[in-house]
Amino acid sequence: MEHTYKFLLRIGDDSLILGQRLAELCGHGPILEEDIALTNISLDLIGQATNIYTYAAQLEGKGRDADALAFLRLEHQYLNAILVEQPNGNFADTLVRQFFFDVYRKLLFEQLLTSTDEQVAAIAEKSLKETRYHLKHSSEWVIRLGDGTELSKERAQFAILDLWRYTEELFYMDETEIQLAKAGVIPNLQDLKPLWMEHVLSILNIATLKLPENQGFFGAGRQGRHSEYMGFLLAQLQYMQRVYPNMQW
Amino acid sequence: MSTNEWPLWEVFIRSKQGLNHKHVGSLRAADAEMALQNARDVYTRRSEGISIWVVQSALITASDPADSEAYFEPSDSKVYRHPTFYDLPDGIEHM
Repeated sequence: MEHTYKFLLRIGDDSLILGQRLAELCGHGPILEEDIALTNISLDLIGQATNIYTYAAQLEGKGRDADALAFLRLEHQYLNAILVEQPNGNFADTLVRQFFFDVYRKLLFEQLLTSTDEQVAAIAEKSLKETRYHLKHSSEWVIRLGDGTELSKERAQFAILDLWRYTEELFYMDETEIQLAKAGVIPNLQDLKPLWMEHVLSILNIATLKLPENQGFFGAGRQGRHSEYMGFLLAQLQYMQRVYPNMQW
Repeated sequence: MSTNEWPLWEVFIRSKQGLNHKHVGSLRAADAEMALQNARDVYTRRSEGISIWVVQSALITASDPADSEAYFEPSDSKVYRHPTFYDLPDGIEHM
């Protein structure tokens, strides 16, 4: 139960924090159509977070609700991967971040469909349809940027070199994931990695983009240790609930 | 920043109840796949449809408004083209 709770926070926080990042782009997208696309994805992710937190709060059984989990924890209590809290940067940064994440999430949700925890399976089923579309959207853009102009290729390539170091953390497993994998609640995340790599490479090849070689990995977000960007993000995310506790609108 | 504008596309949506695709608006996109995805995001986010067509606006040949007299007015005076002069047998509905 405790393990499931922690795992739900990990994937719920991924959804919420990336949803918050994309929400920052509302009204700032490069073109109107893409602005709507990115904020649609943001809303999908925040909707997923709501479902995940609702179940997590129920498992926790301490009278907290989804909002309390989303808005009233401290920085070190968020367990999202560091990848998703990275700033939006330029359009290529945003879409490469999204692409790395979408491939992982699609593989994860596909496996969670057969979870021994029915609630987890139900959440995965609902989220998977959205995630498939997100992946289609981000894959198309990575191809277009990589195989586009000199400038778009340069920026996409730079985004890959920059964000690559945070991808290993998506497959992080500690006691929580090991126990849940044994119980059939989640897949062995390390098994997802080669599938993820294969999918990523298949798109990058079309996009004529390359992966870095011999680069180290970084990230302890799953243990609550975040990059310097996280505090600022949370300040904006939590402001209203901190200043006007329990406000609703 | 490039000053080139992406081509304009016309969007047609078929609603759940509808049999035919209806024109709903237009958007800009670099290619057909992007046009479809943008149409999905801009025009079906409130469950408006189950099928989308996009076509580049430049590929549509339209009648010239200046020709509308020659094109359309001649049919105004030809009421006999409407089948309104027939006696309908009893029992026929939905005419």
